[in-house]
Formats: sequence, structure tokens, C-alpha cells
Amino acid sequence: MKLLTTSAMALALLANTAAADGELVVYHWFEYMPAELLEKFETETGIDVTMDTYDSNEAMLASLKAGGMGTYDVAVPGDYMVKIMAGEGLLDTIADGELANKGNIAPEWADPSFDPGRAHSIPYQWGSTAFAVDTAAYTGDIDTTDLLFNPPAELSGKINMLDSQGEVMALASLHMDIPQCSSDRDQLQALNDLLQEAKTHWASFNSDTSREVLVSGDVTVGMTYDGFAAKARAERDTIKYAFPTQGYVVWMDNVVLLKDAPNRANALIFMDFLLEPENIAAVSNYARYGLGVTGATEFLDPELATAPEANPPATAGKGAFIEVCDQETQAVYDQIWTNLKN
Amino acid sequence: MAGGAASGGSVAADTYAKARHWLLAPSWLVLGFFVFAPVCVMLIYSFLTKEFRGGVIWEFSLAAYDQFFFDRGLFGDAEPTLQWTYISVFWRSIWQAGLATILSLLIGFPTAYYIATRPEGSRAFWVFLVTIPYWVNLLIRTVSMKFLLRDEGPLNELLINIGLIGDPLHIINTNLAVQLGLFYSYLPFMVLPIYASIERYNFTMSEAAADLYATKWTTLRRIILPAVKPGVIAGCILVFVPSLGAFLAPDLLGGAKNFMIGSLIEEQFKGNAGNWPFGAAASMVLLTMVMIILLIFARQQRRAEAQS
Amino acid sequence: MSANTDVKTYTGFRFMTILCLVILYAPLAVVTVYSFNASSSITVWEGMSLRWYIDVFVGPESAKFKQAAFNSFSIAIIAASLATAIATAAATAIVRGGRYKLRAPSLGLITLPIMVPEIVLAVSTLIFFNSIGFTRGYLTILVAHTAFCIPFAYLPIQARMQGIEDTYEHAAMDLYATKAKAFRRILLPLMMPGIISGFLLAFIVSLDDFIITNFVKGAGIETLPTAIFGSVKQGLKPNIMAISTMLLGLSVVMVTISHFVSKWDNTK
Repeated sequence: MKLLTTSAMALALLANTAAADGELVVYHWFEYMPAELLEKFETETGIDVTMDTYDSNEAMLASLKAGGMGTYDVAVPGDYMVKIMAGEGLLDTIADGELANKGNIAPEWADPSFDPGRAHSIPYQWGSTAFAVDTAAYTGDIDTTDLLFNPPAELSGKINMLDSQGEVMALASLHMDIPQCSSDRDQLQALNDLLQEAKTHWASFNSDTSREVLVSGDVTVGMTYDGFAAKARAERDTIKYAFPTQGYVVWMDNVVLLKDAPNRANALIFMDFLLEPENIAAVSNYARYGLGVTGATEFLDPELATAPEANPPATAGKGAFIEVCDQETQAVYDQIWTNLKN
Repeated sequence: MAGGAASGGSVAADTYAKARHWLLAPSWLVLGFFVFAPVCVMLIYSFLTKEFRGGVIWEFSLAAYDQFFFDRGLFGDAEPTLQWTYISVFWRSIWQAGLATILSLLIGFPTAYYIATRPEGSRAFWVFLVTIPYWVNLLIRTVSMKFLLRDEGPLNELLINIGLIGDPLHIINTNLAVQLGLFYSYLPFMVLPIYASIERYNFTMSEAAADLYATKWTTLRRIILPAVKPGVIAGCILVFVPSLGAFLAPDLLGGAKNFMIGSLIEEQFKGNAGNWPFGAAASMVLLTMVMIILLIFARQQRRAEAQS
Repeated sequence: MSANTDVKTYTGFRFMTILCLVILYAPLAVVTVYSFNASSSITVWEGMSLRWYIDVFVGPESAKFKQAAFNSFSIAIIAASLATAIATAAATAIVRGGRYKLRAPSLGLITLPIMVPEIVLAVSTLIFFNSIGFTRGYLTILVAHTAFCIPFAYLPIQARMQGIEDTYEHAAMDLYATKAKAFRRILLPLMMPGIISGFLLAFIVSLDDFIITNFVKGAGIETLPTAIFGSVKQGLKPNIMAISTMLLGLSVVMVTISHFVSKWDNTK
């Protein structure tokens, strides 16, 4: 991948190849795109790519709101964040016909609730969030959210949760079978109480080391993403990813076109590039998550298709996206989370 | 505002009085622009209305401070009672930071002393020895410390092997781990200023004391310590204050189950909460608190100096 | 009379120093050992391997880390030097400038960066830079670092200066030295340990900074901490340990060299 100050020099040199199709500034998660793929893009199109990184959806939003608009062309937010950004007016609309490969988007992802008609985004990767269990240490049934919110005595103190408000609250809501953005006071109070009680059994809130603590045996149950669980399983084969009957969280990361993008045309070329089955399959092989484009199966690593983390059993509950709440409801959820972390 | 004994020093010292404005100008410029102005921005923000999902609306509002000091129940419409949640977060952080400071002082002072009394040539070497670990990124070191302190980690194994304890000490995800982490994060900030002070200390005074039959520990208490006080104070400030706002050690080593001031504020700017005015308000409270502590300290110093 | 060294030594202090060093280096030992781990875990040892070191140099992310390392070190050196110079000037004015109205506020301003939580400083600095049109990039990081490194450089320098009586300078001036000369040839050398301590502290602080850097840097610029933090979000892997071990090795080499240089210098 071309780099920063080297690109500055390269640009100066490229001054004569100034038919050079220009630049692209991408705002992305770290290590979420294989370097070889970027190189392929640069060779095919002659566009110079600069990539900046963030470590959470919220951090990206904060950075954009604090003055980042107009610097970046595309970003890669999660599902609910796309909806939020659209609501904030941070996204540019992709007109019909501007994306040549739009037809490649798999039908089930072509009209998601968070971006109807794909007006602002294209699919990147998707996966699920639930939890993984070391079946050597716990032999009971793992496909239930009771393990997180109402654990048996032997698991108390051996549970790690992700430090992420959206995902924890969503799973808790699924566990209690209440709607995600409920404004029913009794339900919310019950949710608050459930979490307070469950916290006494949790060892920690940690996203960065969610995989490590499972592999090392520090915890028996660890809330984590399917991709991380697969990597953990590779190192400790007794680790099994659970598909709770109550349901689990599904997420999709998307490439969005930002408003005031300095290189809008190049951004669209980039998005078209990622809609080619071969290219997006390269991302999946690298990141180990699912993709949202048809015709990619032949390019995928066969192991991905058969991995247990990608194949929920028939008993699994429904996968649910994190929902975006309105301001008032969100305030209560924020308060519940603050109570939890205090 | 006087930072403890930092305001002290010889009253009559005005050797460079004439040049003082030129000498101070660079710091005023740089800090004025790049620290003071932004802090003022924050102060203003704490009195604005929060914009949903981050940012501010330019409307005056005391909501941020209200949220800090008053609890209005889960749904925001109960009778306001005094909010102890955030105050307890602050209290928890102060206590943690204080313990970490004491710990670093206990270990840092002898270390600084020892280094300062090494032969002249090797002193720089020891100083570097103490600072080198800090070239490795703090996140990495904290994660490694987490590994060391685990129930099945090397520390427990060692203690069990040499028979000191029977069962592993459960340190990780407790307050003790957090203090160890904080102390570990800021240790050289304690050692270096003390070292600089002790290095300047005139050991003939110790000899004189010895001639007068004072024990070494009395000498330490009554002669050396007062003489190197500026260094000790500088060290304590440099450890205590950053520890207050730290969140790496509490998160990774303490299990992130309890907010520290740092994590509370970070959550406002980076987390779902997106409540910038509240984050700004909490920062202002933190700032005020630290200033008060330092002011009290400075006043005590001045009183002590006036007496001696 | 052996009372000379006797007066200086205190029982237990040597032990404390060793303990201190053990505590400081123990986690590093872990880092170093696991950088040779054959698997990609950082807690389960699977055998010796050099793969992570190779990965750092020729792996997909190697160019990024190299650039980040360069940025980190260059910024740290420049920022620490500037900060130390500014801090020295300020300390001279505050400790040796007599009593004047601006004195206390100056001190307050200098210690301000330490008292404000980094995250607050980070966001407000970004907003402020934006409002004055200062485009984010290498320069914004440099400026922000210089500013918040000043107190770290300042405190050891001030502590040191307060321990030096001004009789030396007065004596020099009685002998017709100018103030500038007195400063340069008497005060400055006496202050050296404080200045060096200050520089070292400022250097470390700049090298390790993540939060402020993350907010004020522009697109495409990474420093070592931001690159590492970002990588960790995808799961901590031993390649980071390898980078850290190499940094450690580099600093050990530098120290050893400087030690020998100073010894050689002393014997001249």
C-alpha cells in the first residue's frame, strides 16, 4: 500500500503523469483491507490511495463531526452508524446509474432498513456478534443468552463482555424478548435491573482482548464476533461459538460516500471496484467475514463456507441488527449504560 | 496559581528580572494558543446544549452541570436528588491516583537517591535504564502487565513456587491491579525530578549531621528531605494528576467495570453517549478540583516557608 | 575516613532500586519472549519462531509501521527539544525573575496541560485548529506535542534550579560577567541534569502519546502509538511485540553507545 509522505513525493513526481487519475482518501478500520487489494486498485486505476484509520464507529463519527468532513471521500461505518450519519446529513447520495456494479449486490442486502435502496452505501463485510464458550470448561448447553445474563454458578466471574453499549444492550433486549428501542418504562426498568444483577457475575468489559482471554482460559464465556471466535478456535479447538435460541446480533459494515468528498468520482470507482466479486472475496478471505455480493463463492476460501461460525444451526434464534433509537429513548439507554459502568 | 513549593525559591532571586518578559514570551505564545484557548473552548462548550450524537448546539444551557450534580432518576423526571454517582467516580479516581502516587514515591525516592549517589560517570546510564522501558508503547506494556498478573500468570506461579502463598492471588480485575498499573505507567515521572533534586544536594551536610551524631535516618528526615522537596513535589504532581485522568490501566487491568474519570469523559466524546457538554462539564469539574488541591498545597507550603 | 561513602548509603535503597528495575522490565520480558512465539497468541506459548520479525520488515503492514516510527521519533525529538528550550527560558524567568504579577499565572499556564484530561485537550484542540483553518497533518501533531510537553520538561528544570543558589551568578557578575554570560557559563551547566531530565520526560511523553495525536493528525499520517492501537483493535498479535522488542533493543544500543562515548570523553 502506497504510503503517506511517500505519496506526497510520488505526487510531485507524477506531476507529468498528471493525467494521473488523482487521489482517493479512505477512512477505514485498521487492518480491515488487505494491502494487496489496494495495490491492485492503484495499478488498475492509477488512483493514489491514502488511508486513515479509526477504532470504533463512534470515534469516526466524533472525528468527522469535529472537523473531518471534506477531508475524506469514503468511510466504512457499521449498519446503525450509516443510519445515524444519514440522519446527520453526513452522507452524499449515489444517484441511479452512478455505480456500474450496483447490480452485483446480493438481493438480501440490496435494500436494508438502515439504507433503503442503498442510496448512500454498498455492503462491505457482515458478521454476527454473540459469544464463544470453552466447551472443555463448561459442558452444558451453550446456545442460550442465559450464559451471559443469568449464568449458572460455575460460570460466575468467568465471563467477559464486549465494552460496547450497542451490542450489550441489544443482546440483553433479545434475552428479555423486549423491543430494542422500547420506551415502555417497566421494560426499561427491568432491563436496568437485569444488567445490574448480571454484572455481578461478569469478570470484565473488554473488547481489545476479547479473543485473548478466551484462548488463555482467563474466562470461559466471552462475548465476541464470529470472526474473532473463528480465530480463537484456531488456537484452542474447544472454543465453540454459540447461536442463542433467543437471537443474536447481526452487523454489516458498509462503504459510504461522504458528503463534500474531495474526489467524488474516484470514490465511486473505488466502490465499483469493491462490488466486483473477486475483489470483495479477497477481503473476506483476509478478514474472515461474510460478504454481500453475488457470484463471489468461487473466489472464496473453501474453509470459510464450512466454518461453524458462519453456519447457524436450525435451533438458532433470529439475527437482529442493532436499532437506532430516537433522542429521548436513547437518553434512557445511555443512563442505563452509565449505571452499568459505574 | 502556585503549584505547591513550585512557587517557592529564593525571594530575592531576580537576577534575570529584566529579561523575564522575553523569557516568558515563548511559553505564553505556545501554551496560550494551543492549550489555553482550547480549554476556553471546552469551558464554553460545557454551557451549551448537547447535540444528539455528538457536537453542540449554540444555546446556553446548564443541563450538563445539572446532569453532573443531580440525579433525576432513570427517566429523567424524578425529583432531583444529589447525584452521588459521578462524585463517587471522582472520589474513586482521586483515591486510586493518590495510592499510585504514594506507591511511586515509596519506590521512586530510594531509586532516585540511589542513582544520584552512583559515581558520576554511570549516573546517566542509570537514568536511561529507568526511562528506556517507556520507549515501548503504554498499551503493550499494560497488556503485558495484565498477562503477568493473571491467576495463572508468572507472578502467581513464582509466589506459589517459593511457597509464599498457597492459592493464586486474584489480582487481575481488582483495584490493586489498577493501582499497580497506574504506578507502573508513571514511575519515571517520579524518579526523574527527584533525581534532579538529589543530585544537587550537598552531601557535606550529611557529613556534618553525622559528626553531630545524628543517625542516617534522622538525617534523611530532617535534612535531605526538606532540601530535595521541590523534586519530590514535582514528582508527585507529575504522577498524581495524569493518574486522575488515566483510563488505560483501569480499563485493561481493572476490567473496565467501574468508570474512572478518564473513561467517563472519553465515553462522552467517543462512546454512544455523545454528550459533549457533559464531558466538558466533567472536565471543568476535574480541572477545578485539581486547582483547588494544588492551591491548598501551595498555601501550606508558603506557610511552612514563612515559619522556617 | 570512610565516613564519606557511609553517609551516602542507606540500607534497603539499593534493594528498592533493583526492585524498581525488575518491575519496570518484567512486562518487557514478556513482550520480548512472546515476540518469538510461533503462534499468533500472546498468552499461549507454542514454540520459537522468527516469523513476526520477518513480518514486521516485509509483511503487508511493514511500510506503514516504518513510516509511523519515523514520524513518532522525529516529532518526539523536535517537540521535546523545543519544549525543553521554552521551559528552560520560562524556568529562568520564574525562579530567577523576581516577584511580579505575571509570575503565578505563568506557572499556572505552564502546568495547565497536565491538569486537563487528554481527551478534552484532544477534542478541543481539534475544534480550535479547525476554526482557525490550521489543516491537520504533521505540523498540527508537532505543535500540539510541543505544547503539552512543556510542563513535563519544565518541572524537573524548575526543581533543579531552585536548588542552585544564585550566589554563583552574583559572584560571576561581580567579576564583570554579563548576565548572558553568567547564564551560559554558570547557571546552564549547573542546571544540566534538570534539563536532561526534562528533555527525557518530554521525549517519552511525546513518543507515547496516542489520544491527542489521534485527534489532531491529518489523513494518512500515523505515529507509532496510533498505528499500534489501531492494529490492536483487530486483536493483539505478536508482530506488535516484535516492533516493541526492536524499539527496546534500539534504545539499549543507544544507551550503551552513549555510555561508552561519555566514558571515553571523560578520560580525555
